[in-house]
Parts: sequence; structure tokens; C-alpha cells
Amino acid sequence: MSAVLQSLVNQPYKHGFVTEIESDIAPKGLNEDTIRLISAKKNEPEWLLSFRLKAYQKWLTMTEPEWQNVHYPKIDFQAISYYSAPKPKKKLASMDEVDPELLRTFEKLGVPMHERAALAGVAVDVIFDSVSVATTYKQKLAEVGIIFCSISEAVHTHPELIQKYLGTVVPVGDNYFAALNSAVFTDGSFCFIPKGVKCPMDLSTYFRINTEGSGQFERTLIIAEEDAAVSYLEGCTAPRFDTNQLHAAVVELVALDNADIKYSTVQNWYAGDENGIGGIYNFVTKRGLAKGKNSRISWTQVETGSAITWKYPSCILRGDNSVGEFYSVAVTNNYQQADTGTKMIHLGKNTRSTIVSKGISAGHSNSSYRGLVRIAPTAESARNYSQCDSMLIGDQCGAHTFPYIQVHNNSAIVEHEASTSKIGEDQLFYFSQRGIDAEEAVSMIINGFCKDVFQQLPMEFAVEATKLLSFKLEGSVG
Amino acid sequence: MIVKNSKTLLSVEGLRASINGTEILKGIDLTVKSGEIHAIMGLNGSGKSTLAKVLAGHSAYEITGGTVRFEDKDLLELAPEDRARAGLFLAFQYPIEIPGVANTQFLRLAYNTIQAQRGKDELDPLEFDDFVREKMKLLDMNPDFLDRSVNEGFSGGEKKRNEILQMALLEPKLSILDEMDSGLDIDALKTVANGVNQIANKDNATILVTHYQRLLDYVVPDFVHIIQSGSIVMTGGKELALELETRGYDWVTANKQSIAGAVA
Repeated sequence: MSAVLQSLVNQPYKHGFVTEIESDIAPKGLNEDTIRLISAKKNEPEWLLSFRLKAYQKWLTMTEPEWQNVHYPKIDFQAISYYSAPKPKKKLASMDEVDPELLRTFEKLGVPMHERAALAGVAVDVIFDSVSVATTYKQKLAEVGIIFCSISEAVHTHPELIQKYLGTVVPVGDNYFAALNSAVFTDGSFCFIPKGVKCPMDLSTYFRINTEGSGQFERTLIIAEEDAAVSYLEGCTAPRFDTNQLHAAVVELVALDNADIKYSTVQNWYAGDENGIGGIYNFVTKRGLAKGKNSRISWTQVETGSAITWKYPSCILRGDNSVGEFYSVAVTNNYQQADTGTKMIHLGKNTRSTIVSKGISAGHSNSSYRGLVRIAPTAESARNYSQCDSMLIGDQCGAHTFPYIQVHNNSAIVEHEASTSKIGEDQLFYFSQRGIDAEEAVSMIINGFCKDVFQQLPMEFAVEATKLLSFKLEGSVG
Repeated sequence: MIVKNSKTLLSVEGLRASINGTEILKGIDLTVKSGEIHAIMGLNGSGKSTLAKVLAGHSAYEITGGTVRFEDKDLLELAPEDRARAGLFLAFQYPIEIPGVANTQFLRLAYNTIQAQRGKDELDPLEFDDFVREKMKLLDMNPDFLDRSVNEGFSGGEKKRNEILQMALLEPKLSILDEMDSGLDIDALKTVANGVNQIANKDNATILVTHYQRLLDYVVPDFVHIIQSGSIVMTGGKELALELETRGYDWVTANKQSIAGAVA
């Protein structure tokens, strides 16, 4: 039986190819000069350089975290090149001007951008390695006052907003990898939804790591002002490499009074081969500040890739009646490791949070849910509901749950439910007795298991996620 | 019903099977022809449910001897899904729960898989909805069943009805119903039995695996086989089940030689 599962799981990575585009790569190593070089390359103002240098100084005093339930060889931060950009050509006004080689890459990924943009009505801020190449639909968004551009562009065009919000949700010294990111981030997305505006379309960014050995330090900042709303989509694929690549992004969200930010991720970084060689280290800090009253921050993630995933998209519920949500599916196979979850920090009155986490482990992989629910003394009548379900496929994998609950206010109601199930022989036999083969059976069982999360995703993402999961788990059951 | 010129659907000869090294089936012989209803009766642990699972191809059992032919095929050579596609159906004693998967979705996938195998048209969700609702009337089932997760939170009776619904949809040539009566109250038993009777015709066959005679008041068998310690020790008509009911299984143990001889 397991042989069928194995053959299904072990399909080669579809997106494994390297695009040959001339890259401008900084020499390997990290010191103040590297940071000055990055800042100079990007013509940054003095305040941003000092932001970076301050973060670097913090980073030097910190040590790499070891508490997480993942194992990997020590990273040599001096062996990484901290800047890599396609050679800047002239500014691009339309998709036609984008390097055809780059467009072909997206074709191979099945993301024909112009089509995606036109058909799906999605504005795609394309990140190729570290520099934004083209931004579509920008003008249309600009008509309603929405700013959606690369963060390095925003540094020049809207410095007051960047200065006001950058590092306010994730301070430069927040954690080891966030400090590193703050020192050396190269690019990322910036999104600003002004007061009273409901963003008319989902905003989407496709990330792609390209140059071997280059670190990826994306920085994303999304701000929704009073009564504003936005749905943001992030999707990742990466080409196949044998050396591990570090990805340490920081995402900050700020929601003011009555604002609503929905952030959805489908993550498919290269996970390494079936023997656990290669793959991306995805060490990400994502945090949203529900600053205003009645604001809402909702994270939905489908994590299928990376050799190691270490991320806890979190919500700080400061505004009264604010709402935090975390819906997650994490799939690990072969030798992948994932330690992921969330933090819900309740500060305001009547704050509510929901956590739905689904972990699926196959092969020799290990998946951990780690979550913190903290009810501060000020959080009168706060409520939390957490549900953590794990599913095991085969008998070589592991699933772990580490819930941390800290309640400092007697009026709080906190619920936690957890379950572990196994796709077993009997389940598969039931399907096969109805003529359904193992592959389809697993796909159906998994999709049923993840339904509560998938239904939170925007439509086209939900379809993608369903396919991705089936693909990832093909052959792991049989 | 026993039909003239009926063809042999299932032919089991000297079937032996074990699990984890323990032999459970010790030489089963059984022939089932189209149009017939057979009852296999026995105590817990006699091997009757094992026989059902072995015929359906459960991978936990190792076949250690004998042959099984299903129409013109060597059944033991086929994977479980191919046995299902060839027209063999097992109604489970304990149907599996599949959280998050809508019953209608599961039923349609099973139905379309079998249809495709038979070279017939598959149904889209809307067509299937009409089709399945019609079949559900047969079993007096509430349409709510379609939207609920497969067997999740179903009562014992609901699970059994759902099994018979699948039997009605898939129109198998041979249905093996494993302990259909367990956990059913009398009304549910009548409904399920009524469904089974309506599905039975001269071209298909049914094997009822059961502990008690009760079910056989509603689905009347043409043959009754009594299984003990992994082999069939008595075979008779429907009156054998009644006899068993009054005299108990001890009577079988004491008399299997003479009765078996009398039947033969």
C-alpha cells in the first residue's frame, strides 16, 4: 500500500528551472559596508540607512533562536550575497516592455501575468528576485487613492508613510531574523488603502527566488486607514537548487478603526528533493496590528513548500472589538520540517480571535503547530477559539502541537480543541471498494480535512491550493 | 429467487485466508448464481465478516489457498478498486467517516467512476442531484444527507441506509452486505430490507452476512449457509435459519455432520 503512496508523493518539482537573466550581485558577506551598499544602490534617504544600521547593531547582539522544533545546519551568514537585482533598464510602463525571458518564466509557472491581470482582475506586483519589475493596474488603483507599489519606490514617493509605519508592528530588534531583514531588506510590496476605500480587487504579488545563493529579504507593509478594506494575495514558487536558500521576510499590517485586512498566502518554495537535499529555509515574521476599534486582521495560509518553515502570522488586537483570524494548512512531505502557528495578543475590550490550523504530515516529515493566545488584563470579555487538527500519512512522520495560553483577565473565554487523525488502510479500503483509486481518495480526504481553511481563500487561490495539495501528496498514500 | 438458466457469478473453492499469521478462513466453498440471495450466518469470530472483506480485497488479509472466480475473472488477481468496478459491492458493517467531504460529492465520484468503467455517461453535479434524490426515496432518506459529511455524525441506521443508497446507485452484480441489521431498530430494518429487495433482480445476486435470523424475515434468502471456525458447515434453504433461531448455534456444533449429510 505504501508503495503507491510513495510513487504519488515523489513527483519531481514542476517549477525547477533557472531563468538566465543578468543579475547584479553584491559580494558575499554581511557588515556595515554591505548595508551601505544596498542603501546606496537603492538611493535611499538617510533615515532609512540609519533604520538599517540600527537593526544591524541589534542583530549583532542577538543569537539565532533554537527553541523551535526544526533542525538544520548552522547558517553561515557571511556566505550569503545580500543583494541581487536584474540589471536595471528603463522604467517599464506596460507588460510589453518586460523581459520576454521573464515572461516565459511566468508562463512555465502557469502564471501568464497579462492574462491573470486581465482575466482575474488582479493587479500583480511582480517581484523577481529583489526588484519590482512591473506593476499593473497601478493607475486604476490610483484613481481611488490606493497606493500599491514596491516598497523601494514608496520610500521615494511616499516617504512620510514609510517613516510613520515601517517597524512599528515588527520592531527592528523583534527577533533574530526580523532584525536581519530590517538591516538588509531589498524590496517588497507597499500597499496603502486610504480612509473609506474598499479595494475593488484582490491585490496579488508573486514572489520568485532566482539567483542561486542569494538571500531573500522581502519587506511588505500594508496599511488600511479608517473604514478601508483590502484583500491581499501572496503566492510563491521557486526553482530547484541544491544549496539551501534563506528566505527571511517581514510582513507588517496596520488596520485603523473599522478597517479590514485579509492576507492570503499560498507558499510553494522549493522543498528539497525526496532525500531532504536542498530547499528553501523560510523564516518569516508576519504580524498585524489591529490598531483601531472594530478592525479586523485575517491571515490565511497554505504552506506546502520550503525545506523548513518557521512562521507565526500574528495579530495584536489593540482596538476594542477588534478581530483576529488565523486559518492555516501546512503540508510537509519527505524530509520537510514546519514549525508554524500564530500569536493572538488580546489587549482591547471585547476582542475576538479564531485559530484554525490543519497540519498534514507525510513521508519522514515533521510538522508542529505552535500558538500563543494571550489575554491581557485590559482585555475585558475577550474570546478565543482555537482548533488544531493534525493528519498523518504513513508511519514515519510526526505531528506536534504546542499551544500556549496566558489569561490575565477573568472575563475571558478561551477554547482549545485538538485532534490527530491518520489516513488509514480502512479509509482507503472504503474508497477503493467504491471503485475510487488511492490517489483520488487521498485528494478527497485531504481536501475535506482542509475545507474550513480553503473556504477562507479567494476563489482562484482556493482552486490553486486544492491542486497544489493533491500534487504535493501524490503517491504518499497507497 | 432461483432462476432457470442463471449464470454463475461467484465461485469460491477451498478459500483460505489469514491475518497476522492466524488462519481465519479454512477452506470455503461457495457458488452464487445470478438472481440468488444467500445468507451466511455464524457467531462472532466464525469468519463471516472476514469472508466478506477477503472477497472485496482488504489488504490486511493474506490469501493462503483456494480460488475465487467472479464471472470470467480471477477475483484474487484484481485490486480492490477493480473488483468494485467489475461489479462487486461490499456494504460495510462499520462505514468509514470522512470529515469535510460532502456525501453528494463522494457518491458522485463513486458513481461516475463505475459509469466510466461501464462506458456510460458520467453525470454532472446537477444531473446527479436529481438522480440521487430519486434513489433516496427508495430508502426514505432525508435530502439533508447529501450535504452532510460522509457518515460523520450519522446514526447507526443512517450509516446503513447510506450504504444501501450506494448499492442502489452503483447497481453491482454481486452485493455483500456485512451485518446490515446490526444497530438497526425494527423500522429502520424494514426500510433497509425494502431497499435491498427492490434492488435485487434476476441478473444480480446478494450475500447477506448476519448473526441473526431477524433480517431474513424481511429479505428472504434462497440459501442459508452456516459458517463455523472458518468453514461452511451447513447449507440449506430459508428454513435452516428458522431452525437455527429456535435451536441455537450449539445445535449446529452437535449436528453438523448428520445435517450436512442430510442436506447433501
